[in-house]
Amino acid sequence: MKDNVSIIGAAHTNVNHDSAIKHVTGRADYTDDIALPEGALHAYLGVSDVAHAKLLGIDFTEVLATPGVVGVLTADDVPGANDISPTHLNDEPVFPTEAIQFHGQPMFAVVAETRDIARRAAELAKIEYETLPHALDPIAAQEAGYPHVTAPLKLERGDVAPAQAAAANRIKGRMSVGGQDHMYLEGHIAFAIPGEDNDVIVHCSTQHPSEAQHMVAHVLGVPSNAVVVNVRRMGGGFGGKESQMNLFCAVAAMAAKKWNRAVKIRPDRDQDMTATGKRHDFVIDYDVAFDNSGRIQAVEGSFAARCGFSADLSGPVTDRALFHADNAYFYPNVRLNSHPMKTNTVSNTAFRGFGGPQGVIAAERMIEEIAYATGQDPLDVRKVNFYGTKDRNVTPYHQEVEDSILDRLVGELEDTSEYRQRRQDIIEFNKTSPILKKGIALTPVKFGISFTATWYNQAGALVHVYNDGSIHLNHGGTEMGQGLNTKVAQVVAEAFQVDFSRIKITKTTTEKVPNTSATAASSGTDLNGMAALNAVEQIKARLVKFAAETWDVAPEEVVFHANQVHVGQEVLPFDAFIKQAYLARVQLSAAGFYKTPKIHWDRAKGQGRPFYYYAYGASCSEVTIDTLTGEYRVERTDVLHDVGRSLNPVLDKGQVEGAFIQGMGWLTTEELWWDDAGRLRTHAPSTYKIPLASDRPRIFNVNLADWSENRELTIKRSKAVGEPPFMLGISVFEALSMAVASVADYRECPRLDAPATPERVLMAVARLQEGS
Amino acid sequence: MTHRTDIRFVLNGRDVSVPSVAADQTLLDFLRLERRLTGTKEGCAEGDCGACTVLVGRLGDAGLTYVPVNACIRFLASVDGCHVVTVEHLSGPDGRLHPVQQAMIDHHGSQCGFCTPGFVMALYALWMQTPEPTEAQVETALQGNLCRCTGYEPIIRAAVAVSRYGTPASDHLNTERETMTARLAALKDGRRVVSGPEDNLSIIPSSVDDLAECLQTYPKATIVAGATDVGLWVTKFLRNIGPAIFTGHLEDLKSVKKQGSLLLIGAGASYTDCQELLSEHLPHLSSYWDRIAGWQVRNMGTVGGNIANGSPIGDTPPVLIALGAEITLRRGSESRTLPLADFFIDYGKQDRQPDEFVASIHVPLPGPNDLDAAYKISKRRDEDISSVAAGIHMTVTNGVVSNVRIAFGGMAATPKRASAAEAALNGQPWTRASFEAAAHALAEDFSPLTDWRASSDYRMLTAQNLLRRFFLENDTQTDNPVQLACA
Repeated sequence: MKDNVSIIGAAHTNVNHDSAIKHVTGRADYTDDIALPEGALHAYLGVSDVAHAKLLGIDFTEVLATPGVVGVLTADDVPGANDISPTHLNDEPVFPTEAIQFHGQPMFAVVAETRDIARRAAELAKIEYETLPHALDPIAAQEAGYPHVTAPLKLERGDVAPAQAAAANRIKGRMSVGGQDHMYLEGHIAFAIPGEDNDVIVHCSTQHPSEAQHMVAHVLGVPSNAVVVNVRRMGGGFGGKESQMNLFCAVAAMAAKKWNRAVKIRPDRDQDMTATGKRHDFVIDYDVAFDNSGRIQAVEGSFAARCGFSADLSGPVTDRALFHADNAYFYPNVRLNSHPMKTNTVSNTAFRGFGGPQGVIAAERMIEEIAYATGQDPLDVRKVNFYGTKDRNVTPYHQEVEDSILDRLVGELEDTSEYRQRRQDIIEFNKTSPILKKGIALTPVKFGISFTATWYNQAGALVHVYNDGSIHLNHGGTEMGQGLNTKVAQVVAEAFQVDFSRIKITKTTTEKVPNTSATAASSGTDLNGMAALNAVEQIKARLVKFAAETWDVAPEEVVFHANQVHVGQEVLPFDAFIKQAYLARVQLSAAGFYKTPKIHWDRAKGQGRPFYYYAYGASCSEVTIDTLTGEYRVERTDVLHDVGRSLNPVLDKGQVEGAFIQGMGWLTTEELWWDDAGRLRTHAPSTYKIPLASDRPRIFNVNLADWSENRELTIKRSKAVGEPPFMLGISVFEALSMAVASVADYRECPRLDAPATPERVLMAVARLQEGS
Repeated sequence: MTHRTDIRFVLNGRDVSVPSVAADQTLLDFLRLERRLTGTKEGCAEGDCGACTVLVGRLGDAGLTYVPVNACIRFLASVDGCHVVTVEHLSGPDGRLHPVQQAMIDHHGSQCGFCTPGFVMALYALWMQTPEPTEAQVETALQGNLCRCTGYEPIIRAAVAVSRYGTPASDHLNTERETMTARLAALKDGRRVVSGPEDNLSIIPSSVDDLAECLQTYPKATIVAGATDVGLWVTKFLRNIGPAIFTGHLEDLKSVKKQGSLLLIGAGASYTDCQELLSEHLPHLSSYWDRIAGWQVRNMGTVGGNIANGSPIGDTPPVLIALGAEITLRRGSESRTLPLADFFIDYGKQDRQPDEFVASIHVPLPGPNDLDAAYKISKRRDEDISSVAAGIHMTVTNGVVSNVRIAFGGMAATPKRASAAEAALNGQPWTRASFEAAAHALAEDFSPLTDWRASSDYRMLTAQNLLRRFFLENDTQTDNPVQLACA
């Protein structure tokens, strides 16, 4: 066989996103682009204008009198359960019946001949209510005696009190970390088409088609087999479409069944941002004990989160904040508590990192505190506290860190970024520059990969080989821009040894692969790639058996290579071979399955191995701030990130770059601001500022650690990439902090809260200048 | 001559006549809902994300020029007589990808793809204008486009590389320029257009005189120039704007010229229309101007509109007030001129009668001893609304300060002069102490609001510090950098 011939689009090669041509030509169809069937109607949500109240009633007289309005949907119209809580706590109604729980809460939907009519009519309803006192943030909620929305978690290892007493130094502090809106460019949308019997088909933009399916069935009071959910692609998700789409799917489906017409619902951007959940804000109280070298002896942390009015995914999100409150550092004695607080705000949800970033930033704050207290370079404090590989390698949740590559990875980045020299140069610069000040920081990331809900770590795929040799690929993951479909198709191409172009990637549909997990937790490729590979292996096993029998050769002599199948001495083109297999009645279709091995988690004990492996990364950022205005600029960022053996380096690099910028946005200009009435006032891109092209670091060097290979048997030894690089943005935040600290000669930790808007930077400068 | 009732334009390759266009019908809804040109996306419906970017070609005094605009807040009536180009028009008839599209693919410039058509259109416009842009030029061109996936890096790489894939000369908008010019010229019939339902009329006057007449006939009409604010009244607040009188096509309102020691800006001149002459004669406004909104909005929004709508956070009033600008308003055949500072009476209240319109702005050019600065503070550097905006002007003769005009936006209910700070400086020596006194006096001038853009304390401290920055920047004894350089 010729070794110099290979397929196009194999694993570990740079393949374009499979929809790239459609993206640039505008021919990629998103849900709103699907042509509507005749007679389609449009729904629009009516929302509350008070943060907390007893609901007395809603007067729809004017709504129903509006020409073009077909009707309204309220809680009374829910045929099944009025509940869309993803964790089945029954705390999240489609529409409330008794209480208004946040400003902007969906109360009803208007259904009309056009979206414009529905939208205008929704404003005409009169919601009658009796105002109740509200609590907007986790501290106010604690003070008001609000409950947890879900059971808190405690992680504990070692003996904290004696270690604190014995330690030479101890610092307590509080840090507020803001939330973040997903600001996917395509907002929420669902479109339901009624069918016969109980059937309904829902096209929507969700990361979790199976949950949308089950939720629609639950709300309609029909079995799941009556509901089909389809997703071709999303215009971004980032976690915002993991559970939040349920509402829109439920409303569209209810309306479609009620009026027996297709119904589309698409909120405008403002409603999308006010009525759907975001990244959780946290208030973190930390207490860190350490010796004079900066080595941590004990950590105590309390993580209070703004969860909103219902649990949604706040349990696992706040759990993950605790799982990552160590970031890359060994805490010999540790006690961490979560406080998932109920608040009168929209129910917060998944967002890239899923609570992890809020944990990591707390760890980095403690490192900063130690560095300023001991007068060290924060990088030295980081290094002295890194997890070991043989000892000092047990996490607060009692999982051993077996795969740390941080010593090498951080060491390489330290060299290539010239961190030490630049830090010296910056300190010199700051001495002679009275207004502009610079800062630099090199921060690591260690991120645990797997759903902490162990049962989510499973996936299915369906692969058909048609008798012309073309291949149809379907799996349970959803495409939101991350290139999942491309990577999974590469795995299939590689396994069949055919060109990528032979594989047709199709929409995700609950009809083909059932009971799928959300495309979340960075797991899409790990799980679905394996499931697809499993399907291919099944088909290949049948093909090998067929060939060995037909040509009378040993199974080892049947080899798939470069669009051909070698059977002994014979070489057949792949499609000719497939045709023969078909004629010989070989089954050319298979459903694949995968479940992640090794993982287990006992939440009550706070012990186990919740993560199959860790992904690592580090970034070094340099910033300049203006101490007259607080404005700043990121001068340079260097990134070295670990994706194991990359399935597609160029797509992975795209994930790393994009995640960095998104993480930087979270910590800099993206500010969620509620007024005293509980109304979110940063609710569209005019008021909520995600990074622009001009906010990129002026120099941006991003590299993958190409020497890394997953020590676990993941798909082709790659590692997950969606979430881990998000936390690389923390280096910008830490660099800003150093620049601020310079105005008081680096003697005081600036204790910046996030996001570090120009205002927070200036006010911190002013505070430190006053103090010094 | 009877009024025309249909709106006529060229959409991609086809002549379009829409018989009845309501005042508030947007171009985006027309494209997506009525023409099923779904490549153009709605991301925000407020001109802030760029997913709806299309090109509008207009035949003006300078010939046929194409600019990228936001279809979401562009009213359909306002494209009368124009050539509208959507992403569907880019690839050639043979289906071959456009250089911009190919560059985006090769550089992996799309991930989820939803923002991509908008980026492609903005980069298309940039390439036509500047085939080999610098990174800084690309960033300026993309201020109005949000991408949440890529972090922009691959898009910038694509933008810088486009010229390797083709030259604008062979692009069909250029090769067909003469034909299109003729087609658009043929659409100009010199008639007033009155279109749409009786209660929601779109009125397109045939000339400036006709505009004056229309306003007499419809004194309650909404004047729509660039629609970058009025567009949001419709898409965000569901307000009725009809009858609306559209002025964006009136060439006589668009002139920007230097006349003696004045710069004359027609009220209908877009920010883009002003840019070149402003940069030449008022260089301190050059980078400030680049920070007004994004490119699409700068191509639509007008200086006259920015003034006329009376917002306390408009970017142009503070800097124009500081320069001593005056404005001329016209009513029927009558005109009057007043200092711009006097135009702003109170929040939401300007010195304009319902049937009056802002016709032009006159900006005195600074003299040799004058110092001028324009500062904008915002949460995000580009495409953001000011937390604080400042225009500062003064004359320094023999070390003594005089003729001080300091105006702030974002500090009060209107764009407002800081009279106490001005008084603290007038007649004083050019010293740090004089500026400290002025900074302290600002507390007498303003009690700014706290809102989502900034707190009262931050606004006050920053405003004071901007006076300190002005001193440091112009003081010959200070040589350290005192402001982040652009780009």
